[in-house]
Amino acid sequence: MRKLKAQIIDEAGFERTITRLAHEILEKNKGAESIVIVGIRTRGEFLARRIARKIEEVEGVTLKIGSLDITLYRDDLLGKLEQPQLKGTDILFDLNDRNVILIDDVLYTGRTIRAALDELIDLGRPKTIQLAVLVDRGHRQLPIRADYVGKNVPTSSSESIRVHVREVDGEDSVLLMHPELPE
Amino acid sequence: MPLTSKHLLGLDGMSRDDMKLILDTAVSFREVLERPIKKVPPLQGKTVANMFFENSTRTRLSFELAERRLSADVLGFQATGSSVSKGETLKDTARNIEAMKVDMVVMRHSAAGAPHYLVRVIDANVINAGDGGHEHPTQALLDMYTIREKLGRLEGLHVCIVGDIAHSRVARSNIYGLRTMGARVSVCGPATMIPRDIGKLGVDVYHHIDDVLPTVDALNVLRIQMERDAGRLFPTLREYHNFYGVTRQRLEKAGRAITILHPGPINRDVEISADVADSEHSVILQQVLNGVAVRMAVLYLLSSRN
Repeated sequence: MRKLKAQIIDEAGFERTITRLAHEILEKNKGAESIVIVGIRTRGEFLARRIARKIEEVEGVTLKIGSLDITLYRDDLLGKLEQPQLKGTDILFDLNDRNVILIDDVLYTGRTIRAALDELIDLGRPKTIQLAVLVDRGHRQLPIRADYVGKNVPTSSSESIRVHVREVDGEDSVLLMHPELPE
Repeated sequence: MPLTSKHLLGLDGMSRDDMKLILDTAVSFREVLERPIKKVPPLQGKTVANMFFENSTRTRLSFELAERRLSADVLGFQATGSSVSKGETLKDTARNIEAMKVDMVVMRHSAAGAPHYLVRVIDANVINAGDGGHEHPTQALLDMYTIREKLGRLEGLHVCIVGDIAHSRVARSNIYGLRTMGARVSVCGPATMIPRDIGKLGVDVYHHIDDVLPTVDALNVLRIQMERDAGRLFPTLREYHNFYGVTRQRLEKAGRAITILHPGPINRDVEISADVADSEHSVILQQVLNGVAVRMAVLYLLSSRN
């Protein structure tokens, strides 16, 4: 059991962060015309829907939203004892020449994003892929960075970050947890 | 949640959870098959040997495609023209192939139980692609997947298998699989094609197809194996067609939408009439496509169980 160290983002802060990310995405892409939203399962999928809804509110448009299950592209799949259950990729639109906004909850080693990039490129040839994350906690193992960051949180690698979203966890929050205590 | 076993030898004794895991995983691979690039990397670096000691075209191609779409390296092997015809035993053939660092073996063999023997002499994951008159688990899994895709569930459905039940590994695997998933299973055919004690597997027996059709949700029509002295089991093909052929008139008389499956290759106007095979209720070509997805799921799930 890990113990709570600090709450990094609360309910109201969560909403404000989503709003800010939505505006930054719109500003950089000069509107919503060319963009499609892709969330990485599981938490990224819900964040993607929230950010998309916010952009739709502001711009009065309807966005294409998809979700990505990167399991088959993981680099640690063969060594793992516990094989993760496939949840499936669900992108029912063309990625060619679109600006893809890739959304995940936490950016850490960068390996998930590497897998997501490989999968997206197998699905089409986007004009750009831009990465938006709720939390960047550092400790990158690959040369990957985010274009939009909700909050930078310096952590030690033994700590962990927990993102809660209303749709799955009943509340919106980001928690920093202490290292796991030895039994 | 991984599979319970590191091999797929048959559906007899497999748990409902394992079957459900394979069918659910296949849904993800079915989506991969719709992509512009129909290839994903999870079996990169793994080598799969397809050992076909008995003729097969579609099952072998389906496995081979599934393996390649998972990025595995594929070794093909057919008994004709190999050292099997020089008298090498199954054990030696398998050990020699394994010595080349093969991770998984897909085997078809004319002897029932051959894959069960194989797992005792090699370490690789073994997948049964048909052993004699015993089992053909991936065919049954793809049949179940296709019925579930078309009708939304398996539990509570009535599935009838029509044809030569006695000589069919497809029928046997379907009976085990469908019963475990909660379907009602019946078999239909002339007495010469129905094993006397088939009732022990928990299926109902019909000798008149018109008796079973009014309650059936899906029909799995087996191929009349002309090459296997079918002539001794019934007088003429025409008579078989008259009594057991699945025709539009029969289906219309039954008055319900019945999903039609067939493991292929079909004999048009023998066990199934051409118009039924091409009708909107026929899922024969979906079976072929789903077969690749189901085999990808099996290979993927077993690959982590080494």
